[in-house]
Amino acid sequence: MSQPISFFSGFQPSDLLFLAEAAWRTLLISGLAISIGTFFGIIFGWLLYEGRIWASLTLAPVLDIFRSVPLIIQLVLFYNFAPILGLNLDPFASGVVILAIYTAALVANVARGGIEAVGQPMRRAARSLGMSYWQDLRYVALPIGGRAVFPAWVGVALGVMKDSALVSVLGYVELLKASQILITRTQEPFLILSIAGAFYFALSYPISRYAARLEQRWAHA
Amino acid sequence: MIEIRGLQKYFGALHVLKGIDLDVEKGEVLSVIGASGSGKSTLLYCINGLEEIQGGQVEVDGQNVHAKGADLNKLRQKLGMVFQQWNSFPHLTVQENVALAPRIVRGLDRKAADEIAERQLAHVGLGDKLRVYPGALSGGQQQRLAIARALAMEPDYMLFDEATSALDPELVGEVLETMRMLAEEGMTMICVTHEMGFARDVSDRVAFFHQGVMEEIGPPSQIFGEAQSPHTRGFLANVR
Amino acid sequence: MFDYNFHWRPVMRDLPDLIEAGLLTLQVASLAMILGILIALGLALIRLNMRGPLNWIATTWVEFARNTPALFQLFFFGFGLGAFGLHLSPYAIVLAGLTFNCAGYLAENFRGGFQAIPETQMRAARSLGMTATQAYLRIVIPQVLRIVYHPVTNQMVWAVLMSSLGMLVGFRELSGETQFFASRTFRIFEYFAVTAVIYYVIVKIILGASRLLASRLFRY
Repeated sequence: MSQPISFFSGFQPSDLLFLAEAAWRTLLISGLAISIGTFFGIIFGWLLYEGRIWASLTLAPVLDIFRSVPLIIQLVLFYNFAPILGLNLDPFASGVVILAIYTAALVANVARGGIEAVGQPMRRAARSLGMSYWQDLRYVALPIGGRAVFPAWVGVALGVMKDSALVSVLGYVELLKASQILITRTQEPFLILSIAGAFYFALSYPISRYAARLEQRWAHA
Repeated sequence: MIEIRGLQKYFGALHVLKGIDLDVEKGEVLSVIGASGSGKSTLLYCINGLEEIQGGQVEVDGQNVHAKGADLNKLRQKLGMVFQQWNSFPHLTVQENVALAPRIVRGLDRKAADEIAERQLAHVGLGDKLRVYPGALSGGQQQRLAIARALAMEPDYMLFDEATSALDPELVGEVLETMRMLAEEGMTMICVTHEMGFARDVSDRVAFFHQGVMEEIGPPSQIFGEAQSPHTRGFLANVR
Repeated sequence: MFDYNFHWRPVMRDLPDLIEAGLLTLQVASLAMILGILIALGLALIRLNMRGPLNWIATTWVEFARNTPALFQLFFFGFGLGAFGLHLSPYAIVLAGLTFNCAGYLAENFRGGFQAIPETQMRAARSLGMTATQAYLRIVIPQVLRIVYHPVTNQMVWAVLMSSLGMLVGFRELSGETQFFASRTFRIFEYFAVTAVIYYVIVKIILGASRLLASRLFRY
């Protein structure tokens, strides 16, 4: 080892607050993107399921592109493309747009899977009781299908939360960017990365455990 | 010959077999009947060493099954077993299902193993299904496949664990027919079964198990005609 | 509509270099997958069959790989280890980060795969006189491979996409190379657009090859 590790030298308690604020911004940008993305993703999923020809010819390939190109490339592209269109978006807005589209592309598949999981016989049964198409969707397909794919959706949401770290390349100061700033100043990479990792873990782990438990309980129900 | 003396089996605190004494002679067909949970399936697992025992001993052709250092893999080749859930290997064709064990356990070359498989499959009436995967077979066909798979090891004994219980009613007949054929060929068989017709017509002896005890054993005429134990009479009255 | 003039010529000039960098991307992702699969098998078997410290280590590995960002993991192998005087090359950082991440995700897939094989398959194999090892290799593992084939393919795609993070730790794989060219010419959009296409093609090739292989491997 070239130099002794001296914990806490240069790292001040106020820096912890700085990291906590950054963690809040991670939550903010991912929460916003996940909400918007899920909303559109469900609509897309429903369109894909209904299988109108135009949906499978136009929507499906477009969504596929967003799943087949690295998110970081999408962010850089969009951030540099928006000004070409005459849009002046700050890093936060650009991040929300791309993360939301990315979320929608992933949720679309999940949502379609959910509707498929309900199955024709059950929907026929609902319709045979005199329910309208929308009633069937509202009272039968969504609750049952939602249950089937809820764990998968949690997986997507947590993935987006973690991937929001990439918005740091646009200069948005979320958790990982904040850690980088602190590392540069304090030269304490190990300590600061450990704190940042603990923040991410604390956000993600309880939710993923909860989803896994729900999945297990529903599987046996 | 299979000799069982004072066999004790526990699952945790549960006493499943309470001192079983039983001899099965070469060429004999023994049916084991009794209610679910009476320990009759466990008996089979103790005979081929898939379950450990807590007391007594089991000898097959004079070899102690549960002795330390007993070569169980060698022993199991003598004891073919057919399960309630037929347990075909889904990733292998019908022929490969049967040929695999002769090849890797008995050490036959591929050609010899394939020939044995073909012969045994023809024997149980699946000669036209060699290249098919088990998923495409009916339950009855899969159970006959399981029988052919066990026979391919050229065992001296066959153990049937409720071979027809999981089958749809219309498929039971073809499997019982195959078992009857084996019996007529002189195979030594222990059949745990709920098929009273089979037990009466095919077996040399019938054993009745009740709560881990072998209550009664004798020729079918005795068990089905003049059973001594009230438990036996009660059980038979209910299943008929 | 646009005031912007697109200049594609420099990109086309550098295209061979970009494609070569794409091969490096494919190489590091494949290597990470191979190592990841081997480690994941170990992690899954430990988590299924063992107690004590080994199980604890395996569980920690899996949970950290799954519950922190991949970029964070790369940083950790980058300047995190630097704190201990351990300085990895950019290639090693990306390889270590991807391997760590893939192993964690795959371990859970494998664990599910093993649990999906009924115990009765093992019993049936043993009743035919197979040893435990024979039964594992001939009966259990082939069926597990079938179950995890699709998730493994997906993970391979993820590994390719994730390797793009290499550009943030100074690794000149496809994204890093693109950034290098883009910053030299200031044609950021054009370069990254072409790179996006290359990624798309790589992903499609992987999925196509995987489908082809599956149709040969799994006939049941």
